[in-house]
Amino acid sequence: MGMLEAETLRNEVRLWLETNWDPTSSLIEWRTKLAESGWGMPTWPSQWFGKDLPLALNPIVEEEFARINAVSVSRSGIRLLAAATILEHGNDAQKSQYLRRILTGEDTWCQLFSEPGSGSDLAGAITRADFDGTQWIINGQKVWTTSAHHADYGLLLARTDWEAPKHDGLSYFVIDMHQSGVSVHPLKQMNGHASFNQVFFTDAVVAPESLVDRIGNGWKVAMTTLMHERRSADALRSVHRDRGLQGRIYDEERDETATVMEPYKWYPQRAGRVDLVFERAIETGKIEDPVVRQAIAELMIKARTAEWTARRARAAQQQGRPQGPEGSLGKLAASNVARHASKVHTMISGSDSMLGDEDGPLAGLIAEILISVPATSIAGGTDEIQRNIIAERVLGMPKEPRMDTGPFRDVMKNPGPAAP
Amino acid sequence: MQFTFNEEQDQLRATAQKFFADKSPTAEVRRLMETQQGYDPVVWTQLSSELGFTATHIPEVYGGLGLSYTELGILFEEMGRTLFCAPFLATAVAATAIMNVATESEKSELLPDIATGTRIATLAVFETSGQWGSDSIKLSAKNARLNGTKRYVLDGHIADLVIVVARINHTSGADTIGFFLVDGDAPGLTRRTVTTIDSTRKLTQLEFVDVSARRLGGNHDQEAKLAATLDLAAIGLANEMVGGAQHLVDETVKYAAERIQFGRAIGSFQAIKHKCADMLLDVEMAKSAAYYASMAAASSDPELPVLANLAKASASEAYMRIAAECIQIHGGIGFTWDNDTHLWFKRAKSSEVFFGDPSYHKEQLIARWHH
Repeated sequence: MGMLEAETLRNEVRLWLETNWDPTSSLIEWRTKLAESGWGMPTWPSQWFGKDLPLALNPIVEEEFARINAVSVSRSGIRLLAAATILEHGNDAQKSQYLRRILTGEDTWCQLFSEPGSGSDLAGAITRADFDGTQWIINGQKVWTTSAHHADYGLLLARTDWEAPKHDGLSYFVIDMHQSGVSVHPLKQMNGHASFNQVFFTDAVVAPESLVDRIGNGWKVAMTTLMHERRSADALRSVHRDRGLQGRIYDEERDETATVMEPYKWYPQRAGRVDLVFERAIETGKIEDPVVRQAIAELMIKARTAEWTARRARAAQQQGRPQGPEGSLGKLAASNVARHASKVHTMISGSDSMLGDEDGPLAGLIAEILISVPATSIAGGTDEIQRNIIAERVLGMPKEPRMDTGPFRDVMKNPGPAAP
Repeated sequence: MQFTFNEEQDQLRATAQKFFADKSPTAEVRRLMETQQGYDPVVWTQLSSELGFTATHIPEVYGGLGLSYTELGILFEEMGRTLFCAPFLATAVAATAIMNVATESEKSELLPDIATGTRIATLAVFETSGQWGSDSIKLSAKNARLNGTKRYVLDGHIADLVIVVARINHTSGADTIGFFLVDGDAPGLTRRTVTTIDSTRKLTQLEFVDVSARRLGGNHDQEAKLAATLDLAAIGLANEMVGGAQHLVDETVKYAAERIQFGRAIGSFQAIKHKCADMLLDVEMAKSAAYYASMAAASSDPELPVLANLAKASASEAYMRIAAECIQIHGGIGFTWDNDTHLWFKRAKSSEVFFGDPSYHKEQLIARWHH
């Protein structure tokens, strides 16, 4: 990027913000302005609420927003994944119907991919979409759906062709969640929280114009969504730092954030809370136990090498170098850290490890770590799937012989709604 | 802290990789490990006088290249990959010791010959107790005459210069440690190569009977200077280890793709794939620690001592796990002498326990962190 280009851009953003930024306006008013001016998502196409800005220049815009604490467009939850997917695969009618209200935060979205019968094997979805001549009729069940209970729209992966091979029989829809054929129930987890939902479809309907891309291309569209999900996972935490700012627009933003972040409140515990280990070991005196010391050292090694490996991956990416294997390893490393942290917390807390809530150490926090860690090695792709991916895509090892080729109707499946 | 290598560093790696691939194929490693000397003087000359590898971290005023521990780490890693047999670790660690303890005039006298590779040097710290802490140093220095035994001395049989860490008993009853310089062929010094499981790296036992020695440096902070030297030595070795570990990961993946059982390549079985994925994870984590510690050494990071423990413990466990899995995935053939895996397995084992085993480094890590 040229220095001149960067400075011109900086002046342009600054001038626009000086003229338009108003912390006393409502969140939606402000974000409507952002969407319509293109400054909300400047890297998007200028035809669709953007400014065609090269990705490399985007930090300048963000710096200018941050400098005066200007609120951004709504970036939380599934909505930006929906936007990215619609931008890439949707038609103009879909773009004009959904994108603006995604940016203003007026609509909430959820992702309807996983099913009770297809977790790791996402393409084995058996929720069905049948065309009755005028509309698509949806039947089946989805699971692990964040925010489904207050979502306006869902990104639905459903089977439209049972004769085609597994990946080719799927289609991708936008479904209106406010209809009688859709019923949402919370899914209680082993740690007592219910961060996700189960979604049941009983003759729910989708209009033909809500098919995204063409029939049978759903897997490819879903891959776009998942790719953006991986990219946005890191950003999640930094976006939602409470800056303690005063004013109507900040209050409204805080409310939005609180709603979005509610399901994630136990996530730090799921990661093992390595940050608590030292103080707990000192507090309990276990820091003097040579066995515990070895285990803590081991944990510090795992945690810090995982962090450095992630930073190596990011640094390589920023330099535009081909990403090395270190990028694919983060999730597996995080599982190892969480598992070992759980073990170390148990060593430190001893018999108190089994006590929860007010009876337990740190008012139940240690117990919550111990009963939340098992999620780490499952959510977002199990360790076993990660190892397959690393072995096949990074190390180039030969693929397992497949049992799921040929017409999907004939592929062995878990029990569920029968094929027609 | 930087998390990538720059262009010059990549270039250095490429040069080193080519050199060691060329000069240190496994057949050559097998030949040299059976020799008494344990290295090829011609290749040593090429490495030092032509490529300047021995000059890497020695400052320019003493005839070195004035590069950092990051560059040195790159060289160690590439040597480790091929099990390159030469007194490089010995000489680099001895140079580090001289840089840490010697006076200006001693540095000007000693370092230029080490930089050009004309003199091979080694550091003699550890004794028959096999302990890695400075408490274990018993070899006595009285009126600059040394008496006692050193063991685990790298390439002591071919060293021109031996830097000996000895205990000085003062008339007050107090004792300190000090660094002494002894010629390899000094009268009263007997050198014997000890038998180790890893014949690609020669270790020696040195017996000192009234050996005349020269004190290096002064009286101050000798313990701290020894600790700093050993931290840097551990970082160097950690880098060497990740190179060897990476070689084994590559070899394992290659073999798993070639070996057919039950009508398919064994690498198509998840049992094998998952082991290989874990091996890659192990080596990448250990690399991150070794690289980070090298860069910390290059920038004199105050956290350096802890990072040295972390890098050495991480590399030791990773290399050993990978070496064991590599043999396991090779199956029966992996346990034979003719298969090359055991050469790396033995290097992994000897390196695991050299300069302190993982438990030692973990304990030191917590002790240094906690206090």
